Amino acid sequence: MSEWWTYSLSDFLMFSGRSYYRLIESYNAAIWPAHLLALVAGVIVIGASALPRQNLQRSAALVLAAAWGWVAWAYHLERYAEINTAAPYFAAAFAVQALLLCWRAYRPGNAVPAPQRMALGLTGLAIFAYPMLALARDNGEWRQAEVFGIAPDPTVIATLGVLLAWRAPAIFWLIPVLWCLVSGATLMELKIGHAWLLPALAFISSLASIINRKTPRDLNSTANPRS
Amino acid sequence: MPLTSPSRRHLLASMIATSGGLALSPLLAAAPPAPLLTRPIPSSGEQLPLIGLGSWITFNVGRDPQGRRESVDVMRQFFAGGGRLVDSSPMYGSAQDVIGEAVQTLKPARLFSADKVWVSGGARGVAQVEASRKLWRVPRFDLLQVHNLLSWDEHLPILLAMKREGRLRYVGITTSEGRRHAEIEKIMASQPIDFVQISYNALDRDVEQRILPLARERKIGVIVNRPFRQGDLTQALAGKPLPGWAADIGCTTWAQALLKFIVSHPAVTCAIPATSSVAHVRENLLAGTGRMPDEALRKRIAQDVERLA
Repeated sequence: MSEWWTYSLSDFLMFSGRSYYRLIESYNAAIWPAHLLALVAGVIVIGASALPRQNLQRSAALVLAAAWGWVAWAYHLERYAEINTAAPYFAAAFAVQALLLCWRAYRPGNAVPAPQRMALGLTGLAIFAYPMLALARDNGEWRQAEVFGIAPDPTVIATLGVLLAWRAPAIFWLIPVLWCLVSGATLMELKIGHAWLLPALAFISSLASIINRKTPRDLNSTANPRS
Repeated sequence: MPLTSPSRRHLLASMIATSGGLALSPLLAAAPPAPLLTRPIPSSGEQLPLIGLGSWITFNVGRDPQGRRESVDVMRQFFAGGGRLVDSSPMYGSAQDVIGEAVQTLKPARLFSADKVWVSGGARGVAQVEASRKLWRVPRFDLLQVHNLLSWDEHLPILLAMKREGRLRYVGITTSEGRRHAEIEKIMASQPIDFVQISYNALDRDVEQRILPLARERKIGVIVNRPFRQGDLTQALAGKPLPGWAADIGCTTWAQALLKFIVSHPAVTCAIPATSSVAHVRENLLAGTGRMPDEALRKRIAQDVERLA
């Protein structure tokens, strides 16, 4: 391949929007009612971005790790790989992020974050609003809803929110931000109306993270707040 | 290359055979279909219908049962309408397996199986071809092409050896969207290939300058991919009224006019539009029938498409 510059995004898109959303529909049908469990897990994640409690942060990190691991296996490897030859690589990246989040859960000296409106907004958007986008799409229906912990996009958005609340270092941001770009590009080629959303959220949240990291931590953000 | 009309009797027999003797679609049942025109493969003289069937994106439906049923229906209609050449690649996700399911279900009598090898290294190519053949559920491929020239210098000798041994009927190379034409020309001039697959349509006509004349000179068949620029062209022309010349060549849609422009070029053996719609297959097949535009009208079609798209 000596002429990479001649390739456009559309050259790498190998499935139609119809096939893509039908895959999500059949995936949802196959694992229902796991969505209810995912919703409960989502509430823990929202709690972590709203309440500065150490145990909640650990639980959220483990929930997110489980979500990333599940999406790597059940979505990317088991299903998305049927229509996208790049899916096994996505699965590997998601598995790495799951390990990072596990490590974050048990790393000693984690700071407890101060509540942040943007973090709360991102996790809330991911868990409650993102599934509704299925109804906003042309020919979309609720059976094709993308749910936190089940589908990659809302899982990644919720993770951005928690990373923002944690003031997490750059290493935690790398894979989520890359996924936002990949998914945004895919949806753009599929001519999906909300294709801009993931890249925009990645940009805004990482910018907010950089600004946060340059400002002094809130008094609540100490390594050991109860001592 | 001259166009040939198969006899209606043969065409109807093939339609009945491929449809399993069941009821034909209302459109086909209403009136005897116009015969699908054919053109000889330059290296052998074997006649091939002007309209083939691509599978990029459209047949990559994974395990979705509804998507698979629809793909089988598309192929059923294609064969019933006299189509033969189906093209795929290991690059197209689940498309090969979906085609294999249709082949197993429909048992088409006159399938012309065209696949590709798309992997670095000749040895891996052999394994890939065998894996593809199993997915297609065919005893052997009619045509194998080196996809996008990937490791072509390693794959071509192997494919040509397979042809000599009778394990393959034709050998080709492919490119798309105007890439690596200089290399394509070199291979066409130096290698004993039977087919070259390129992108060509009323807007992308670079190949008219060198590749299509060279194909005629070297007796190489030409398969045309992306005839509608992956749908962008038909979308751009949607809603624009067809010019008066369309009726003269029996076209009722832009898609037919675009296809007739392509297959009326004397160097083109067939075009391979991909679709997941049975209605579009019928529409596409009709473009391979009836009167074809002459050189003057082809120029006019290109001008009108350029102006309107």
